[in-house]
Amino acid sequence: MAEAIKNKGHLAHAGHGSHGGDHGHGHDHHDQEEMKTFGFWLFLITDVILFGTLFATYVVLRNNFAGGPLGSDLIEMSGIIASTFILLTSSFTSGIALLEMNKGNKKGLITWLIITALLGASFIYLEVNEFIHLVHEGANIGTSAYWSAFFTLVGTHGLHVTVGLVWMTAIILQIRRRGITPVTKRKVNIISLYWHFLDVVWIFVFTIVYLMGVM
Amino acid sequence: MRRNYRMLAAGLFLAMVFLLSGCSEQYIVLDPKGPIGQSQKDLIIISTVLCAVIIVPVLIMTAVIVWRYRDRPGSKAKYKPNWEHNTKLEVTWWSIPIVIIIILAAVTINYTYKLEPSRAIESEKAPITIQVTSMDWKWLFKYPGEDIATVNYVKFPEDRPVRFQLTSDTAMNSFWIPQLGGQLYSMSGMAMTLYLQADEQGSYYGSGANFNGKDFAQMTFKADAVSQEEYDAWIQEVKKDAPALTMDGYKELQKPGRSDVQLFSSFPEGLFEQIVTQYVEEGSTGAHAHHGASSDTSKNEGSSKNNDSETNTADASDQHNGHAGH
Amino acid sequence: MWDKIKDFSSEFFVTGDPLILGAQVSIAITMVAIVFILTYFKKWRWLWTEWLTSVDHKKIGIMYIIASILMLFRGGVDALLMRMQLAVPQVEFLNAEHYNAIFTTHGVIMILFMAMPLMFGLFNIVVPLQIGARDVAFPFLNSLSFWMFFFGAMLFNVSFVIGGSPDAGWLAYPPLSGLSGSPGVGQDFYIWGIQISGIGSLATGINFIVTILKMRAPGMKLMKMPMFTWSVLSSCTTIIFAFPILTVTLFLLFIDRYLGAHFFTLDGGGNPMMYINLIWMWGHPEVYIVILPAFGIFSEIVSAFSKKKLFGYKSMVFALMSISFFSFFTWAHHFFTMGSGANVNAFFAVTTMLIAIPTGVKVFNWLFTMYRGKLSFPTPMMWTIAFIPCFVIGGMTGVLLSVAPADFQFHNSYFLIAHFHQVLIGGVVFGYFAGLYYWWPKMFGFKLHEGLGKWAFWFWNIGFYVCFMPQYALGLMGMTRRFNEYNFDMGWQPLNVVSTVGGFLMGIAFLFQVWQIAHSIKFYKKEKTGDTWDGRTLEWSIPSPAPMYNFARIPVVTEQDDWWEKKQRRLRGEADPPEVAQAEQAPLEPIHMPRNSGVPFVMSSFWFIAGFGFVWDWKWMIVLGLGGVIVSMLVRSFTYNTDYYIPVEEVERTEAAARGAH
Repeated sequence: MAEAIKNKGHLAHAGHGSHGGDHGHGHDHHDQEEMKTFGFWLFLITDVILFGTLFATYVVLRNNFAGGPLGSDLIEMSGIIASTFILLTSSFTSGIALLEMNKGNKKGLITWLIITALLGASFIYLEVNEFIHLVHEGANIGTSAYWSAFFTLVGTHGLHVTVGLVWMTAIILQIRRRGITPVTKRKVNIISLYWHFLDVVWIFVFTIVYLMGVM
Repeated sequence: MRRNYRMLAAGLFLAMVFLLSGCSEQYIVLDPKGPIGQSQKDLIIISTVLCAVIIVPVLIMTAVIVWRYRDRPGSKAKYKPNWEHNTKLEVTWWSIPIVIIIILAAVTINYTYKLEPSRAIESEKAPITIQVTSMDWKWLFKYPGEDIATVNYVKFPEDRPVRFQLTSDTAMNSFWIPQLGGQLYSMSGMAMTLYLQADEQGSYYGSGANFNGKDFAQMTFKADAVSQEEYDAWIQEVKKDAPALTMDGYKELQKPGRSDVQLFSSFPEGLFEQIVTQYVEEGSTGAHAHHGASSDTSKNEGSSKNNDSETNTADASDQHNGHAGH
Repeated sequence: MWDKIKDFSSEFFVTGDPLILGAQVSIAITMVAIVFILTYFKKWRWLWTEWLTSVDHKKIGIMYIIASILMLFRGGVDALLMRMQLAVPQVEFLNAEHYNAIFTTHGVIMILFMAMPLMFGLFNIVVPLQIGARDVAFPFLNSLSFWMFFFGAMLFNVSFVIGGSPDAGWLAYPPLSGLSGSPGVGQDFYIWGIQISGIGSLATGINFIVTILKMRAPGMKLMKMPMFTWSVLSSCTTIIFAFPILTVTLFLLFIDRYLGAHFFTLDGGGNPMMYINLIWMWGHPEVYIVILPAFGIFSEIVSAFSKKKLFGYKSMVFALMSISFFSFFTWAHHFFTMGSGANVNAFFAVTTMLIAIPTGVKVFNWLFTMYRGKLSFPTPMMWTIAFIPCFVIGGMTGVLLSVAPADFQFHNSYFLIAHFHQVLIGGVVFGYFAGLYYWWPKMFGFKLHEGLGKWAFWFWNIGFYVCFMPQYALGLMGMTRRFNEYNFDMGWQPLNVVSTVGGFLMGIAFLFQVWQIAHSIKFYKKEKTGDTWDGRTLEWSIPSPAPMYNFARIPVVTEQDDWWEKKQRRLRGEADPPEVAQAEQAPLEPIHMPRNSGVPFVMSSFWFIAGFGFVWDWKWMIVLGLGGVIVSMLVRSFTYNTDYYIPVEEVERTEAAARGAH
C-alpha cells in the first residue's frame, strides 16, 4: 500500500525518491493525497469565514421583524430537535464508516456511508418541510430582515448538506467500482471531515438561531 | 542621474501646480472660516509636518544611495554583497516610525474626541438648528425654529453655532461645506448631528460628497453666512414672499431630478421626523429619531433603529415609484 | 414576431449611443476576425489542446497576463473617457449615466480584472519555479481558477453591450445598488461577474498556500524562501480570509435583488450600513492582497540588480505577515464620516497608522539593500526605483487620510482619489510591470526591447505625476469624486486639464509597451543562458522558457538565494555540498505530470451560462448552467486517469535541446 501511495503521489517530485532519505526534511514527503487533505482544511477555513459572516448578519438583524411575525411565533422546536439528533447521528455513522474503511471492510464502509447519506437526506427532508410550514404561516425570505437572515443562514447550511449528499453518493459509487484505494480513501476522509464540519456549523445554528432566537 | 531628472521634473511639476492654480484662496479646505474647519486645518498641518519629518530624509536618502552606488567603472563606493543584517540599524528604523506613529496617534485620538461632529461648539449664543435632507438629487433644508424651508440653498448667521441634523430620503449622501468643516454622511432612517460655525460672513461652497445616483453632480449648494440682522430680515422676507411647502409639494420634490434654489415660507410640521422614521412601523417603539453620532453605540442604535420597523405601505410604494424613474 | 424581436433586442442590447454602437461593431468584427484566423490557419485544435485545456502553470500564467493586459486596455480607455469629460465639463461628452457607468466599470475592472489576474499570472509563472516544484499543488484547480476568472470577467464586460453597465460605484453601496436604486440588469452583471471570478480567486489562494507550504524543494526551509514567495504566501493567506466575506456580501445583495429579501434595503428592517461594513471588510484586505506581491517583486529585483543580499530578510518577512494581519482591522477607515462615534474612529485611525510602521521598515530595507551594492539600471530596476519615492509619498498621504478628524475634510474628495491611485499605480502597477519585465525572458525565452521600455517608463512616470499631483490640489479645492460636470466657478478646470494631459501621457506609455512587445517579437532574439539577469533564485537555474516539467532533477537547496550562492561557489572553485552534488548527478527518472483537462473550461462556461441566466432571470438557462456545473464536477470526480509520466528519453531530449543552445 505504501508503494501505491508513492506511485500515485509524486506528481511534483517523482524524481526525489532516490535522494529523499538523505536529508530528511519533514516536508519532503508531500504526496498528492496528503496535499489534497491539507487543501481541504484550508477550504474549511474559508467556509468558516463564510458561515461566520452569515452568523454576523443574522445577529445584526435578529430583532428586525419589521412588524412581521417573530421567530418564536412560528418555529416549532420539536422538529428542529429531531433533525438535530438526526444530523448528529449521521456524523457518528460517518465516523463508523471511517473505522470500517480503516479495517479494509469495503462492504461495511459502503453500508455506513449509505446510512449516513439517508440520515442526511431525512435532515434535508425535515428542513424543507419546516420551510414550507413557515412559508404557509406567512414568513418567507422577503417578510422582514429577520426572516431574510434566518432563511439565508439555515438555507446555506442546508445547501451545504445537499451538496454533501450528491458528493457522498458519487463517492459510494466510486468505492463500489474501485474498492478502497489511496484515492478513494482520501475522498472518504475528506467527505467525513466535511460532514463533521457541517455538524459543528449546525450546532451553532441550533444554539444561535433556534435556542437563543426562539426559546 | 536619471533619478535626479525625475525628482527635478516632479519638483517643477509641483511648482507648476501651485502657479497654475493661482491664489491660495481656491484651496478652500486650507482656507477655513470656522472653528471646526480651523482645527481640521491645524490637524492637517500637524500630521503633514510629522510625516514630512520621516519622508523628506527618506527621499533624500533614496536619491543619494541610488546615485552613489550605481555601478560604473572606477567607482570608489564600497561593495559588500553579503552585508544583509545589522541589528542596530534595523532597530533604528523600526523605532523611528513607531515613535512618529505614537505621536501622531496621540494627536489624532485627542482631536477625534474634540472634533466629534455631534459635539456642540462652545459659544455664548444658542445654536440654530437646521434639518438637512439629501434627496434625489437636491438638498432640502428646514429651519424648525423659524418654520421656513429651502432647497439647494442655506443661510445662517455668522458667529453662531449651527446644529445640522442630517438625514436622507433615498440613498446615502454626505453633507460637506469645506470652508466650515468636514463632512458627515446623511443616511436614511437616521438623524446625524453635525455642528458647524462660520466666523465671518461669506458665501461658501457646499456639496454632496457621496455618490447617490444619476444627477449626483447637481447636488451643490451655496451656504451664506450673514449678520444676525441680515439673517432675521431674510427670514421675514421668505415668510412673506415665498410659497408654503405642502405635503404634496414635498411629494413633488421627492421625484428624482435636479432642482434650482427654492424657498418656502413654511413646511408640514414634523416632516423631518417623518422622513427619518418612514421605515419604522407605526406605533412601534423603535423611533430614536434624534440619536446623534455622539456615542460609539450609535451604529448599533442605527441598526436597532430599523429594528421594529416595517414599511409604512404608502410611503414605501412612493419610494419605489420614485425610483422607477431612473 | 418581428416586433417582438425588436422589443427584445432593444432591451437586451444597449442601443442609442454612437460610442457604444462603435464598440459593438468593433467587438463583432474582432470576433469574426479571430474565428477566421483560427479557422484559416487550422489552429482550433492547437488552441484547445495547448492552451484552453492546459493545466501547466506557466501557460495558465501567460493566459492570466494576456487577459489582464486586455483588461488594462479597457479600464484605461474608461479612465481616458472620464478624463476627457472632466477636462471640458461644459461639453456633455459623456452624460451623467454614461459617466457613472464608466467610473464604476473602471474601478471594478482595474482592481478585480486587471490587478488580480496580473498578480495571479505572476504567481503562476514564478512561484513553482522559485521553490523548485514541477507544478502547483492542484493543477486542475488552477486551470479552473483561471477559467472562472476569465468567464466572470467576460460576464462583467458583456454588460457594456448587452443589458447595460452597472453604475452604482465600484463597491455598489445599497440602497443605490439595490432593486430600488438600480432596477436594471447592470447590477446583476456586476454581482455575478465578480462572484464567479471571486470563487476562482479563492481557489487560487488555497492552491498557492498548499504549493508553498508543501512543495518546496528539499532543503528550502521557510526562512530560506525567496521574498516573492513569502509575499505570495502572505497575500494568499489574506485571500482565504477575505474573499469569503465578499462572496457572502454579494450573495446577500443578490438575494435582496432577486428574491426581495431585506438585508440591505431601507424598508423591511434591512440595514444598508451593514453592507458598507461587510464590503470593506473584504475591500481593505483586498488592496493589501494586491500590494503585498508587489513588495515581493521589488525585494527580488532590488537584490538582483544591487548584486547584494536582501537586507533584513527576517524584518521583511515579519513586516509582510503583520501587514497581512493588520489589514483585517482597518476597514472602518473607509467611512470615518459615517458618524460611528469617537471611540470607533480613534480605534480604526490607530490601527491604520500601525500599518505604516512595517511598510516604512520595508522601504528602509530596500534602501539598505542598495546601500553598498553595485546598482545597474535595466527596466525592471528602473520601475523599482521609481516606485520608492512614489510609494513613499502615496503612503504619506495615506497616513494623512488615516487621521480620522482630518479625513472629514479629505473623504470622497480628489485628495483621496490621488492617494489611492498613487499607491495602486505607484505600488501595484509599477511593481507588476517590474515583475513582467524581470520574468519576461523566463516566460518566453527572449528579452523585451530595453530602449522602447525606457520610453514607456518615462511616459508612465511623467504621465503619472502630471495626472495625479493636480488631483491632490483639486481635493484641497473641494472637488468631490464622481462629479461628471462642474458648472460653477471653483477654479477647478485648469488643473483638470493638466490631469487629463497626464492621463493621456500614460495612454501613450501603454502604446509604447504594446510597440515594445510587438517589436521584441518581430526581432526575436533567443535568450540563451536561462539566467538573463545573473539572478539569485532557482528560476534562473533552468532554461528559458522553462521546459514543461520545469526541473529535470529536483534541486537540493542549502542557502537563501541558492542559485547565486552556487554560482559564487563555482567562481571560487569550491565544491558543492555532497547532497547538492548528489541530487545533480542522480540519474534522470520518468517525470510524473498532470494530464490536461477540458473540464475547467467547460465547467466555467456553464457558470457563465448560469450567471447570465440569473442576470436575466431566465429559469431554463439557470437550470442548464447549474446542471452543467454539477455534471462537470461529477465527471471530474469519476475521472481517475488524471496523470502520466514523461519518459526519461524525452526529458533527455528536451534538456539537450535547451542546454545545447548554449
